[in-house]
Amino acid sequence: MDAQTLYDGILAGNRRAVARGLTWIDEGGVRGKDLAHRLFAHAGKARVIGITGAPGVGKSTLVNALAINLRRRQNTVGILAVDPSSPFSGGAILGDRIRMQESVDDQGVYMRSLASRGHVGGLSRAAFGAITLLDAAGFGTILVETVGAGQAEVEIMRYAQTVMVVLAPGLGDDIQAIKAGILEIGNVFIVNKSDREGADMTVRSLRGLLSLTPESGEWSPPIIKTEADRSVGIDRVVDSIEQHQSYLRQHNLLNDLRYRQAENVLEQSLDDVRKEVEMLSRRESLWKDTVEEILRGKDPSLYARKLFANWLNATPRGE
Amino acid sequence: MIRVLVAKPGLDGHDRGAKVIARALRDAGMEVIYTGLHQTPDQIVEAALSEDVDVLAISILSGAHPTLVPRITALLHENGANDILVLLGGIIPDEDVSLMFDAGVHQVFGPGTDTKDIVDYIKEHVKER
Ligand SMILES: Nc1nc2c(ncn2[C@@H]2O[C@H](COP(=O)(O)OP(=O)(O)OP(=O)(O)O)[C@@H](O)[C@H]2O)c(=O)[nH]1
Ligand SMILES: [Mg+2]
Repeated sequence: MDAQTLYDGILAGNRRAVARGLTWIDEGGVRGKDLAHRLFAHAGKARVIGITGAPGVGKSTLVNALAINLRRRQNTVGILAVDPSSPFSGGAILGDRIRMQESVDDQGVYMRSLASRGHVGGLSRAAFGAITLLDAAGFGTILVETVGAGQAEVEIMRYAQTVMVVLAPGLGDDIQAIKAGILEIGNVFIVNKSDREGADMTVRSLRGLLSLTPESGEWSPPIIKTEADRSVGIDRVVDSIEQHQSYLRQHNLLNDLRYRQAENVLEQSLDDVRKEVEMLSRRESLWKDTVEEILRGKDPSLYARKLFANWLNATPRGE
Repeated sequence: MIRVLVAKPGLDGHDRGAKVIARALRDAGMEVIYTGLHQTPDQIVEAALSEDVDVLAISILSGAHPTLVPRITALLHENGANDILVLLGGIIPDEDVSLMFDAGVHQVFGPGTDTKDIVDYIKEHVKER
């Protein structure tokens, strides 16, 4: 598939085009970056919901239940589930789909598994590109699942409008993990597996911890008990997502987020320009000559400008 | 990055073999999507397309391959996904193997196969795209 066909297909909501576009973005090369940047203008309509929490608390099961509920409310749903890559082989086993079978049987739901591939910047960029793509393809709600352990995974939650932090009773270190920084980013807290002993205890300690964190604005994050595998409490979760979304709208915070994202895209493009300038210069003898000049005592920033000017001449780009 | 869907269609009761393969492929640096037991051909093809995998590795122990495999490959074909490498593992009697090739399976791996052979086969046959 060529870039234009892919772009048109994605905007038309074609599932094959969506799938291949995500592959391009995921591979982190130039074609994926260009695609994501072109699609940015068509994004900004979707609700982006982040779901994070310790391994095994029931995030995927919850996402499945949420997707089914949202479908009943006439939403289309895009799902991204991010799992860590093995630090040894670089490979990964992506198993979130197992718990999502029921929802993905519906053509109004699209689900994609992503591996973290080990680097913070790369993952966060690919995830942002992937969200942009699903948004541009017309999915009304995008659910992003990450394990709330690594920095890279928490980083992704910056792109979500509403962040849900999921806990389960009985995992002592769960609350510890929460202390380590996810607490501040949660807009809605879920105590899943509330069929298990200790759920009320978890709610209480969570409430205690939340009372210690500084209030951010007028939103006070609700704590909701769920049994995701039996769809208990899911209506309340979706309701609180909607409440949080209208809070964001009322306070113009969605526009702020969109502004920050546009800024982010600009920063990325600037990084890309810098890399392209270096790549082009290195390909020519220019790089070596410039280094020689600097060895002779010439002003490095002046010569950096010359590299930039050379790149500008070599790559004319229309609007 | 090579992406593989490991699929277990039909009524097989356990997935030990599928999990061994999944781990071996991960350890060889591939991204493996695993979707659990009892998948229908439609679910498998939907997952393969959504996840945009390079390889579909099907594991069948129950003897249902003569009906399940042609159904899966037909659905792939219908959706224009002819670039996916289709591998079949599990218990496939010798006399069925040519039938499986006719259905569009690229390679069949019997029970005793060294996982390294599967890794090598995939690395050799996956196309750039
Ligand atoms: N008892 C109980 N079990 C649940 C509940 N929700 C999910 N589970 C089970 O918890 C296990 C883990 O669920 P997942 O949805 O895979 O959890 P996860 O947080 O996505 O896990 P990772 O992606 O591996 O971090 C599965 O066996 C689920 O069936 C619940 O409300 N109660
Ligand atoms: Mg999960």
